Amino acid sequence: MAERKITRREALRAAGALAGASVLTKFGVRLLSASVPNDTVEAAAGPRAPLRIGFQVHRTGIGAVYGRWYERVGNAALRLINEQGGIAGRPVQIIVEDDGTDPKRGVEVVEKFVNQHRVDFIFGTLFSHVVIAAAPRAGELKVPYLVVSEGYHVASGKLNRYVFQPGITDVRAQVTAVAPWIVKHLGKRATLIFPDYAFGHDHRDFFSARLRALGGEVAALVPIPPTETSFTRYFARVPRNTDFIYHVMVGPGVLTFVKELGEHFGARKPKLFGFIDSLEGVDIATPGLEYLEGSFLWEAFPRYTGNVKTAFEQQYRDRVGVDANGASKADPKDVSTYSHMFGVWETLFVIKRAVEESGYASRTPADYRKFITTLEGFTSFPESLQHPQGPKRFNGKLHQVFGHQFISQVRNKRLVVVHRTAIEDGLYPPEGDYTKMPL
Amino acid sequence: MTPAGQAVLALLEGVVSGLVLALTALGLSLVFGVMRVVNVAHGDFFMLGAVFAWYVTTATGSFPLALLAAPLAAAAVAVAADRLVLRPIGYAPEPTIVATIGLLYVLQQAVLSVYGPYARPVPEPVAFRVDLPWFGYSGYKLVVAAAAAALLGAAWLLITRTRLGLYMRATQQDREIAQAFGVPVQRVYAAAFGLGAALAALAGVLIVPIRQAHYLMGLDALLLSFMAVVIGGIGSMSGTLIGGMILGITENLIGVYVSSSYRDSITFLILIIILLYKPTGIMGSVEKDKV
Repeated sequence: MAERKITRREALRAAGALAGASVLTKFGVRLLSASVPNDTVEAAAGPRAPLRIGFQVHRTGIGAVYGRWYERVGNAALRLINEQGGIAGRPVQIIVEDDGTDPKRGVEVVEKFVNQHRVDFIFGTLFSHVVIAAAPRAGELKVPYLVVSEGYHVASGKLNRYVFQPGITDVRAQVTAVAPWIVKHLGKRATLIFPDYAFGHDHRDFFSARLRALGGEVAALVPIPPTETSFTRYFARVPRNTDFIYHVMVGPGVLTFVKELGEHFGARKPKLFGFIDSLEGVDIATPGLEYLEGSFLWEAFPRYTGNVKTAFEQQYRDRVGVDANGASKADPKDVSTYSHMFGVWETLFVIKRAVEESGYASRTPADYRKFITTLEGFTSFPESLQHPQGPKRFNGKLHQVFGHQFISQVRNKRLVVVHRTAIEDGLYPPEGDYTKMPL
Repeated sequence: MTPAGQAVLALLEGVVSGLVLALTALGLSLVFGVMRVVNVAHGDFFMLGAVFAWYVTTATGSFPLALLAAPLAAAAVAVAADRLVLRPIGYAPEPTIVATIGLLYVLQQAVLSVYGPYARPVPEPVAFRVDLPWFGYSGYKLVVAAAAAALLGAAWLLITRTRLGLYMRATQQDREIAQAFGVPVQRVYAAAFGLGAALAALAGVLIVPIRQAHYLMGLDALLLSFMAVVIGGIGSMSGTLIGGMILGITENLIGVYVSSSYRDSITFLILIIILLYKPTGIMGSVEKDKV
């Protein structure tokens, strides 16, 4: 049976196959078909043809926790829209495609939406590397692409006229708004721990600049590769004279991060300011997160009830099926991505308003022009069931929305809001103007 | 932190991750040695160990039970895969690679549908903090390192001192002659595949209180295991241990002293250099039985 033995050459060939396979999976190749038209919408079919909206979801891959909740919120918003008579009297249909949180697949999904599903609009993309890859294709195909991504890439002016972010604020605005509070309460010397790719770099650049402008300084920058699973070694780089650690992480490693932080520093606990992005989908009361007690976190939309007292917030919560602790009503262990997913809801209602005010009817260049210029003309969204997170200001030149931010403290394993910024706090000098780009 | 503190930290972290990596990679090396199968799904047995451990500890609260049940469950999955997938295709080299890639996706997607996309924690069975002059360190990590070392020792005894180990070594040397001497090769194959999966799953159970169970956690484990095995010499047990330790320690030295962002490129550079000077890996022998 000598012919069955693998030679070294074959083993190396296998290694090649293996590397290929791992690269493919790392970016979440989708094997199970996820092209499932949403059946909840069919019931509402009326006399007129439905408006079709493509929903690009991270059902698999590293963004799957967010994707799961984005989809639930999208469905909840869709139900409400159809109950209220659809958009411009037309029933609405959402077509979901999974992009595996993979940039390459993201581009394919955009193409599939336009050429196969023939959707009117595409929305919902979150992870910045997918947005940056897919947005140019949407621009080429001339289809409005409304992301719920939070990265600065839209407002930077570097994408194209078809890309909007009307439902969630961008990192630069968030950082700009919270920095004065941080300097006042936590100190002036910061060590920044951030993921080593676009989203983390936005934090690094904008927080560092803002900190210096406020008279503070950066003690150390600690980039962490996005696939990292162990963090102890990075804490060696935190200088002793740091006033506070500014941390923003994504991915499944956050519990390890906090735990190892506790083990490393113990009673010499540094002050901590973090972004809830790390803890989206994670229960604050999870064993191992005790070290966060007393520390501060940015939230876009407070996860626990009792912090925002508007009727709309509770209605939104009920409609999506989220309990008082920000978890699924069906399963209290299934914690939502509360500070991001409202963006899906608000974006759908912005689409509704833009279609109704522009008179958009079909996938023609003229109608798209009307849709885009109408959307660019929006200046504000009042607090309402359509915008439960709060009132917003929209900058049509930047295609970006601005809103309130929250700073919360971990108290008794819950988040309690200690500060709400004004919309003006997050404004910054614009770098681009999409309205000057061709349509 | 002082330079001494940094060095202690890098070495401590390196030894812990090196031992766990060696335990994970041992199964890959064993399966390759005995069956000549490159098991691309190996990392997902590591992941299954972690996920099963979450289920067991959540249901019963007992970590020791998880340490026992999770590897057995992973081994059962592996034996079934051997019977249903590998045996029907006759263990031919290329088809087994493709088949185990398929297995990797099946396991991953099955876990995603049943267990979900969340990273779920398992409480540490023993929690204490070791206060060093420069920094504090997780006591459980030291326990993990000791447990991994003990399990590596046990695996070594199993392979060198038991009848099953003898059968495995005989099959590794020459399948046909072993069969002629009455070694039940088919069952040895199933046992090797099951044992390989169980070892990876054990590493998964040990690591889950540090890292949480997540459906994509097998990918890094696979890549690192493969590197450890190639550096150490394919099919060599001591080589796998050496390979694991080299990788674990360099990774942490780079993390502490250089920049973590260059970690992968430097690690792969070391792999390339080792292979240039020692193409069979550090402990690998030249293949005499090439056709």
